[in-house]
Amino acid sequence: MAVGKSVNRVDAMAKVTGRAKYTEDFYHPDMLVAKYFRSSIAHGRVTAINTKKAENLDGVHAVFTYKDVPENKFPTAGHPLALTEDHKDAADRLLLTRDVRFMGDEIAIVVAQNELVANEALKLIEVSYDEYQPLILPEDILEENARQIHEGSSNIVGEHTYTFGNDVDQAFEKADHVVEGSFRTAMVQHCHIENHISHAYMDDLDKIVIVSSTQIPHIARRIVGEVLNIPLSRIRVIKPFVGGGFGNKQDVILEPMVAFLTLKLNGRAVQINLSREECIIGTRTRHPFYIDVKTGVMNDGTIVARHMDAISITGAYASHGHSVAAAGGSKQSSLYPRAATSFHARTLYANTPVAGAMRAYGSPQIIYALECATEDAARKIGMDSVEFRLKNVARQGDINLLSGKEILSCGLADCLIKGRDFIGWGEKKKEYEKFKTGPVRKGLGLACLSYASGTYPVCVEIAGARIALNQDGTVHVMVGATEIGQGSDTVVAQMVAQTLSFPYENVLVVQAQDTDVTPFDTGAYASRQAYVVSNAVFRAATDLREKILDHAAVMTDIDVAGLDIVDGNIVDTRKSAQVMDMKTLAIDSFYHKERGCQLTAEASFKATTNAPVFGCTFVDITVNIPLCKIKINRMISVHDSGVIINPVQSGGQIHGGAFMGIGAALSEELLIDPKTGYIYNNNLLDYKFPTFTDVPPIHHDFVETFEPTSAYGNKALGEPPVISPPPAIRNAVLDATGLCINSLPLSPHTLFTAFKDHGLIDEKGGDNV
Amino acid sequence: MFDISSHKKAGSVKEAISLLKENPDAKLIAGGTDVLIKLREGKKQFSHLVDIHGLKELNFIKKDGDNTIVIGSGTVFSQVIESDIINTHIPMLVDAAQSVGGPQIRNIATIGGNICNGVTSADSASPLFALNAVVSVKGSKGSRDIPIADFYLGPGKVDLKHGDVLTAIKISSENHDHAFGCYYKYAMRNAMDIATIGCAVNLKTKNGRLQDYRIAFGVAGPVPMRCPRAENMARGQALSSRLIEDISQAVTKEVTPRTSWRASREFRLNIITELAKRATIKALKRAGEELP
Repeated sequence: MAVGKSVNRVDAMAKVTGRAKYTEDFYHPDMLVAKYFRSSIAHGRVTAINTKKAENLDGVHAVFTYKDVPENKFPTAGHPLALTEDHKDAADRLLLTRDVRFMGDEIAIVVAQNELVANEALKLIEVSYDEYQPLILPEDILEENARQIHEGSSNIVGEHTYTFGNDVDQAFEKADHVVEGSFRTAMVQHCHIENHISHAYMDDLDKIVIVSSTQIPHIARRIVGEVLNIPLSRIRVIKPFVGGGFGNKQDVILEPMVAFLTLKLNGRAVQINLSREECIIGTRTRHPFYIDVKTGVMNDGTIVARHMDAISITGAYASHGHSVAAAGGSKQSSLYPRAATSFHARTLYANTPVAGAMRAYGSPQIIYALECATEDAARKIGMDSVEFRLKNVARQGDINLLSGKEILSCGLADCLIKGRDFIGWGEKKKEYEKFKTGPVRKGLGLACLSYASGTYPVCVEIAGARIALNQDGTVHVMVGATEIGQGSDTVVAQMVAQTLSFPYENVLVVQAQDTDVTPFDTGAYASRQAYVVSNAVFRAATDLREKILDHAAVMTDIDVAGLDIVDGNIVDTRKSAQVMDMKTLAIDSFYHKERGCQLTAEASFKATTNAPVFGCTFVDITVNIPLCKIKINRMISVHDSGVIINPVQSGGQIHGGAFMGIGAALSEELLIDPKTGYIYNNNLLDYKFPTFTDVPPIHHDFVETFEPTSAYGNKALGEPPVISPPPAIRNAVLDATGLCINSLPLSPHTLFTAFKDHGLIDEKGGDNV
Repeated sequence: MFDISSHKKAGSVKEAISLLKENPDAKLIAGGTDVLIKLREGKKQFSHLVDIHGLKELNFIKKDGDNTIVIGSGTVFSQVIESDIINTHIPMLVDAAQSVGGPQIRNIATIGGNICNGVTSADSASPLFALNAVVSVKGSKGSRDIPIADFYLGPGKVDLKHGDVLTAIKISSENHDHAFGCYYKYAMRNAMDIATIGCAVNLKTKNGRLQDYRIAFGVAGPVPMRCPRAENMARGQALSSRLIEDISQAVTKEVTPRTSWRASREFRLNIITELAKRATIKALKRAGEELP
């Protein structure tokens, strides 16, 4: 049984020995490099540009500006094609722009023999601007006479409302208490190790090959075709090993440009390899949110009403735009399905770096506000924070009123109990009562989460799998599910091994993806892959298993009903005896002159279900008041992600997510000057991504439920672990200090201001009472 | 990719000096952890390099006959951390060396380079200020010794003329013998970060009093600095919590931190006050003193 075992990753050896080839490792002897000329202002229009000197520099092959690119605007979000207008992404981007919408906007591009020459050439480009007032803050963007950041389009990219459950106004009226709070989340960045990189070349007269570090090879192919107006079949996208994406590569960022450049340069290979500084400014970020929450609660601890109003800042271009606020907002109905709820969200353009998809896609913002508000409500009525959650959170059999679907598996209550026991909730609460004054304070906090296992019914959920029996009795598996470091190839191998009853080692997953040959799948996002691909893999593997047994029956004259595969061998079940090994069968199927054929199976599957997942984080912290620092003493995240296919890999997801969550909670923030739009910290020294020494040992556990809509009982896990740590930490700070600090990150600066405002720090650095 | 126009490896300090003399545009590179960053930023003034990385004559830590501790400028931070001499006599310098960057940086960055870079946040600088360190500089016209406080001329500017090589850092007996110190770095991260404030205290006690007291800060002004008035106030005083409190207040009248997007002046002052207390208390602990 391969499912449920912590087998080694299929790519473990390639990666730890450094043999795994990433996009940058693919070298073309005559490859040119391209570098963007980026705007030095945040808002304006180019009045003149002179590239003559740059073009004349030795080693420069070409300089293109906004004058040279196709005029059709395109969307960049890595979504499947939407067949209805209302789900189409905003088409607001050109390959290069004359209208500057954020500091770092792409006006021109230099192609040169190497990076040094390209950088020199960039300095020789002369540009002048008509400058406009940058619009950074919501009040400025929404002002009646504010300039349209995209002419002809409102600064509001998207807006929607929903309600579910009882009448919300009435529910608030009946509530014993109404608790309100305003919350803010910061602009943070994915910080994947491998920056964005792509190159393109033409290997014959009309076919463009793009090698790219992407989460969405098939979608990238489609969008490149749309941008350049060439048929999709003339574009081939190859995805080698990828060094992380976290959503930032669920967007076409470099692929259309390298394709454009190679077309312009007669098929010569051209590479764009962004620096970390460019990657932070010029790719995608997490949408900062401003959220107001109102909670109606009864004295017995029942949450009866909830209203949330959210503003999401998508920056200079829509990218994933309003989808992020919509997706984040929708998770309320699976976490607290019994409260009457109304939700209103708007997404705004701003003269800031572009926000797009980032791990958990709006939920870290919405659930942060929701779980802070829930904590405030529990405290208002004086109820224990865990008991309050247990009373209100989703249970199996609840109806998710937004989707109208029953929640078929839900282990959240058990997650809460596991977390409570691990952290020693009752005892610690008592022990920490004496640490509520003075310079060193201690507290406990928790937060819950809910997430989904894909994008259905908003988008199509399609996955493909192809399995072929090799001559040596192993199988090769091809899936469109995109491995970007999260371990999906390993999980697929486990699923195939499980259904075929093959040893795990005999299941080989084709690593690199190539849109010319890989089965269709929309890619790595929405924590969808293991869930959606499970049914494609199960169907293909079941089909192949039948074909293998049929061939065995032909070979042996034993009735197929009496044959089985056990550990990769054909077994006569009636005699409990091995009939032959798989290699013998395979050789026969390939080379017998009259019978058999190459045994293969293929399945393409559309999921029309979407299983909610659940989890919670408990945290134990010490707050040092004079130093304005939070120390996490212990932390545990407990998840219900259905059946855990690979416990060690799943633990890795939780640890990585918690790490990212801690960064967002305590230190990470892209700092933008509210007047000029200048970005201060587009590097990893000044952007305070935590180091190993900043993160405590993180613990994790699972409550394994069985999700009936998945072939193997599994649900999503990739993104959810990032969601609950920040509100848990904020709630622990509240427990320790009595202060509701409702703005992320809880950095020393934020804490200093809060502590000063509330008299915890005095002018003389006194007693901190 | 680095835009390096010339790179000459020097076999000795003497050769380095003459290579510098040959090329007026040349700059020294040792560990490279500052120079390569500037090159990566495309700064042309670092494109001609004279390389003194790994020169044996600059890589040592020794105690002279007169008990002066001499650290070769090419000594890397991990060697400082592992040195018996430094651990025994100047543990404060181990505190500082341990707080620099991460392991990879500490394995290649040199203490001499940290000083010559001239920035106020250099972790080794404020301890060396509190130790009254003297730096030895060799040039074509011979050698000279400069007190560290005079070596810093301004932000990013030190008293090195073209052709000069910083060869050693000296800490004389009266500055470390029976003295106890502590360096406390406050940063936004526990590693891979520059100091928001660095604080070094070096003190001597006798009969329950502060016989000598020195306190230096990094990032509290344009260059690393001491607080002489606070030190004068503290010297000779009986050890008490009150005294620690007074010192922590006195230093705020001498430091000149500024507001930048990295941190506000007010925040830095709060940290300065707190670090003055913490570094002093830790130094007293190392001196075996307990506050009454």
